[in-house]
Amino acid sequence: MMREHKLITARIGKINPESIDDYLKHDGYTMLEKALSMRRIEIHDHFEASRLRGRGGAGFPVAVKLMALAKESRTPKYVVCNADEGEPGNFKDRYLMENNPHQIIEGMLIAAYATVATEGYIYIRGEYANAMRIMQKALDDARERGFLGKNILNKRFSFDIEIRSGAGSYVCGEEFALLESIEGKAGRTRVKPPFPTSVGLFGQPTLINNVETLATFPSIIDMGGKAYAEIGTETSTGTKLISLSGNIKHKGVFEVPFGMSMRDIIEKLGGGVPGGHKIKMIQLGGACGPIIPEYMLDMVIDFERFEEFESKTGAGAIIVIDDRFDVFDILRRISAFFEHESCGKCTPCREGNLHMLKTVEKFVNYNATDKDLNALESLARVMHQTSLCGLGQTAPTAVISTLHYFRFAYLNRIEESNIEEAV
Amino acid sequence: MELKRILEKYPKRQDCLIDVLLDVQNTKSTRHLTEVELARVSEHLGLPESHVFSVVSFYSFFSMTPRGKHILQVCRDVPCYLNDTFNVHETLESMLGIKTGDTTEDGLFTLEYSSCLGCCDQAPVMRVNDTVYGNLTPDKLRAIISECRSDDDA
Ligand SMILES: Cc1cc2nc3c(=O)[nH]c(=O)nc-3n(C[C@H](O)[C@H](O)[C@H](O)COP(=O)(O)O)c2cc1C
Ligand code: SF4
Ligand code: FES
Repeated sequence: MMREHKLITARIGKINPESIDDYLKHDGYTMLEKALSMRRIEIHDHFEASRLRGRGGAGFPVAVKLMALAKESRTPKYVVCNADEGEPGNFKDRYLMENNPHQIIEGMLIAAYATVATEGYIYIRGEYANAMRIMQKALDDARERGFLGKNILNKRFSFDIEIRSGAGSYVCGEEFALLESIEGKAGRTRVKPPFPTSVGLFGQPTLINNVETLATFPSIIDMGGKAYAEIGTETSTGTKLISLSGNIKHKGVFEVPFGMSMRDIIEKLGGGVPGGHKIKMIQLGGACGPIIPEYMLDMVIDFERFEEFESKTGAGAIIVIDDRFDVFDILRRISAFFEHESCGKCTPCREGNLHMLKTVEKFVNYNATDKDLNALESLARVMHQTSLCGLGQTAPTAVISTLHYFRFAYLNRIEESNIEEAV
Repeated sequence: MELKRILEKYPKRQDCLIDVLLDVQNTKSTRHLTEVELARVSEHLGLPESHVFSVVSFYSFFSMTPRGKHILQVCRDVPCYLNDTFNVHETLESMLGIKTGDTTEDGLFTLEYSSCLGCCDQAPVMRVNDTVYGNLTPDKLRAIISECRSDDDA
């Protein structure tokens, strides 16, 4: 029987998220205490041994960023929690914030201690009013009990956290755009390098990690890095939260070890497709991810597999699409999303997404020719290769993947279009 | 004066700009910002007005035109679309007698689209001001709208 592996979600359902006493009763903040009794280099060794990779999509090794920030001598240093979660199909960070807020704070505290950072921000998308309220209460309670502020647990360690709200912009989840937004500016990305660990928030060294990444830190202190690395696969250690949505019986967040197949997640945990329909395709990772056919569902959840698609697939969304739906209707919505969310700073993304939407609409409307197919193919390549930030680079992923796996659908649609070539 | 009270809650720091603007906009029944307000905010935080204006035009939460007291934002992304069995959007358009982007004559409702609200496990989903409603059905929509209406009578 396939089951979840509840590591970072173990407390959920057992505690009232709005009660710090509940969290403390379930050994809350004891991993902070343990970390504070360790030498910093020991903590870094555990993170290195854990081989933990970021859970926000890109899968960057966590230990590398932590070490880079620890080495910076300029102060102040910041720890920023990325809770912008705007990628369609993703809701696991909201789930963590609403159900286990203190564990995220504990993770930020461990990060701050390990890197000698003194100030923290949680950047929460503006749509998450409820999560924001719960996180704010958790911060207030933690401060009152001495887990935030000066001389935490009577140690020479001070750290505090403020919340900043987004205001309806998906691109602000991109780390540089997010920093701009916290600074009170329009969320447009910066040219990198320098990376945030050297020049980040207000020009100071900054660590940015995803909510789920930070919520994992207490488990690594608890188990030790080596034991953590034994969960999952060789290339992807630990557990992953999966946001399961679409045409599926049990929608929701599931925590699974890396290496579980998508078929098991969909059928055993998600209960399969309702209403007697069959799976036609799934979109992996969210709007920026590939659309793959049913026959690929035996593929396992693993960063190495995700990387084949060159997108931020690692955030862990699975959107199940059944056989009643047309691939072009899906693509149109995805293209409209990116066209709306492009920040407009660079041409391949600003103009490209508009053209992409218009071309996809031709296929939706049975109005497409071979020329449109070729145009779409080269447009997608150019956007992927020349856009300035991840938004424009991954916006064409769904189109590129369907051109590959559902090419017959394009060819059929052109045939059915029956357009008279212009004379 | 309301605006003054809001401004005084915040330190004079640029990084509070978005939160200040949200606060100002959300306390008004028209849910929009005026040029006079932007000028006051920029004065308070010591920022050029052009900067404040560029921020307001960048983020989709801000509006420079008056809107309804209840802003209905219907999610239009794929996970919601896959679960939208009765067309939430058209149902609302006909219930309210307006088109997307418009406000009802009584100033009570504005109908908008939204990108994914991060509640795809409750699809189809919409947001009314700060509250998210999921697993929508035509009956639920009717109930939500009449609740908004009776709020207003109270
Ligand atoms: C357009 C775009 C949107 C992004 N949105 C998010 C987001 O909502 N949450 C997130 O954690 N990372 C997001 N990222 C990835 C961040 O840039 C960054 O890699 C991440 O916050 C690093 O944290 P991690 O290493 O813990 O994953 C986004 C990237 C791009 C290009
Ligand atoms: S790729 Fe798109 S979102 Fe990113 S900087 Fe260019 S225009 Fe802005
Ligand atoms: S797609 Fe509608 S809430 Fe996510």
